[in-house]
Amino acid sequence: MRNMFRGVGAVFYKEALHVRRDAGTLFFSLTMPLLQMFLLGFAIDTNIRQINTVVYNADGHRESRELLDRLKNSDTFHVIQYVQNDHDLNDLIIAGKARVGIKIPVDFSDKLLHQMSAQVLVLIDGSDSSVAGQAINVTNAIGLDESLRRVVPDRANFAVDMRPKLLFNPDSRSPNFFLPGLTAIMLLNVTTFLTAFSIVREKERGTLEQLFVTPVRPFGLLLGKLLPYLFIGFFELCLILTAMRFIFRVPIHGNVFLLALLSLPYLFAALSLGILISSKASSQAEAMQLAFLPILPSVFFSGYIFPRETIPTLLYPISYLIPATYYINITRGIILRGANITHLWKDGLALCVIGAVLLIIAARRFHNKVIMA
Amino acid sequence: MSNLIQSPDGPTIVADNLVRKFGDFVAVNGVSFRVEKGEIFGFLGPNGSGKTTVIKMLTGLLPLTSGTAYVEGVDVKTGAEEVRERIGYMSQNFSLYNDLTVIENLTFYGRIYSLPPDKLKRRMNEIIELNGLGPYTTRLAGKLSGGWKQRLALGCAMLHEPKLLFLDEPTAGIDPVARRQLWDLLFELSGHGITFFVTTHYMDEAERCSHVAYIYYGKLIADGTPNSLRELPDVQPQGTIRVEITTPEVTRALRIARTIAGVRSATIFGQSIHALIEDHLDLETLRALLQKQEIAIAEIRPLAPSLEDVFVELTYKHQAKQEANSA
Repeated sequence: MRNMFRGVGAVFYKEALHVRRDAGTLFFSLTMPLLQMFLLGFAIDTNIRQINTVVYNADGHRESRELLDRLKNSDTFHVIQYVQNDHDLNDLIIAGKARVGIKIPVDFSDKLLHQMSAQVLVLIDGSDSSVAGQAINVTNAIGLDESLRRVVPDRANFAVDMRPKLLFNPDSRSPNFFLPGLTAIMLLNVTTFLTAFSIVREKERGTLEQLFVTPVRPFGLLLGKLLPYLFIGFFELCLILTAMRFIFRVPIHGNVFLLALLSLPYLFAALSLGILISSKASSQAEAMQLAFLPILPSVFFSGYIFPRETIPTLLYPISYLIPATYYINITRGIILRGANITHLWKDGLALCVIGAVLLIIAARRFHNKVIMA
Repeated sequence: MSNLIQSPDGPTIVADNLVRKFGDFVAVNGVSFRVEKGEIFGFLGPNGSGKTTVIKMLTGLLPLTSGTAYVEGVDVKTGAEEVRERIGYMSQNFSLYNDLTVIENLTFYGRIYSLPPDKLKRRMNEIIELNGLGPYTTRLAGKLSGGWKQRLALGCAMLHEPKLLFLDEPTAGIDPVARRQLWDLLFELSGHGITFFVTTHYMDEAERCSHVAYIYYGKLIADGTPNSLRELPDVQPQGTIRVEITTPEVTRALRIARTIAGVRSATIFGQSIHALIEDHLDLETLRALLQKQEIAIAEIRPLAPSLEDVFVELTYKHQAKQEANSA
């Protein structure tokens, strides 16, 4: 007789009607992520190419021109201007027009011809560390390669021959890296916002107060509210995956059904977060602000854009508390690396635990702050 | 049905010594009352005096700090779920879903109470007929006017045929015609044996109740029929009469009346003053005393105390008692 989930069907019926009536919100919440996806998928490229470069070639002989050609052909440097003195070289870097300045001294080819060490000055704007890092690496590598070529003409005679091979994303395509991670952020966005709003709206209207005086049980109420948004989240996931596969041509190496299955605990955690927010917020505006809170750590501590390895040691444990950390491992694992359940069950379990803890905290807060207040 | 302790004809609500504390704050302090079947029970009191807390206790939302309460024969402490099955509740802002139609709102509440589809259909038709909602069934609740919203809310609250309905300020913010119509409907339903627990701020509504109680900062200071309250010794002390003085200069008249020996209390009511005077001061003497101060008197006549008088007097008495206790 005591049914913990009493009222779940009725609440689901009503919530589905709300969603249908408010088609605008639904459309907006489904298309916003796709828009973000197009922005990040097409517009952002994490590979650093074509760094604006200014060149002062004081030497001007064949050797120096060959070196410059090699630098240009690396795809890393894009020569925007040739200058004739040190002052102009510096000036263009300070003005921000060029990030790298290459100066080849007047005696460059002479020294090479006399088997002496020839120097090249490479000035790098260090204000963007990833650009600077890339510039240093490439110039070093080309310098080393040039030197070696003059000593050992045949590569086969190298004592140690390192052969790096890129697995999973051989062309280093940015969408392959970005979109699986973006999936996690977008699902979090949509589901957390929608659940938090749907509950806070009832708080504002006073209908929640009414529901508590009916036989609806708290779990029936919460579940009835969660389920429609779980379906929406799932639909969203399908949209994202379809766009990712067929528009951005990101190959899915693993099992899509496993991905769908492991998305459930993530959605569960995100929805519970939404309930937690709604137990705190008393207006939709407040819910909006609170719903942004989990987004930031999910972007910065989950490895979505910045590798988790770059997180300072003290803050590193935070990344373990963030559902997106596990889910990004799952999406990248299945989509890019073809991982299966034996590789990912721990992440799935972690999400279940986080989701359950969040739901318990949320239900308890809900009971104390909303029903009893 | 283990919670059932009384026969079906027993009182609908028995509250005995209800206490609710929030930390050190005593929101409800030893409140006891009974509501009989078919009564319209008016529960009055200033805002923040504990009305909502009492309703929450009776509907099993708030645990009792101490005391007992039986609603429809069910102990609220052990049978909160069962209580909620049996009662209907309408909150003050007619908690409807504005983006759902009239039919959808009703369907939702019907499903909450797990009405089987055929019964839901029958009850929905009955409710629509009773409340005259026929022309609006497919209209969004948000597009209804205040009076119709309130009828729909009432319909939602009684869809599952509860024998007891809690109405929290059912007429706040609706027009006078709708207000009167609602009361007509309540009388009709109470004639069919349905009990109403109504909170209100309107004194004229309180006068219409068959039983009123007044709660003042956690204490119940009045409980009875409107007529029995008017005859309470605290309201109408021995040797006093209540008079109505009609005058165009109420404010000045009030100031002067309060200085006259034998006038115990005086308050303005519109174009008149209600005063409690000792019976040795007859009406002609009072008129003469006021006219000597150049107050034009239209009429002075004896008056039965209104419920507002009752609550004002009882509140004064209660405050005086409390001050005496704390001194």
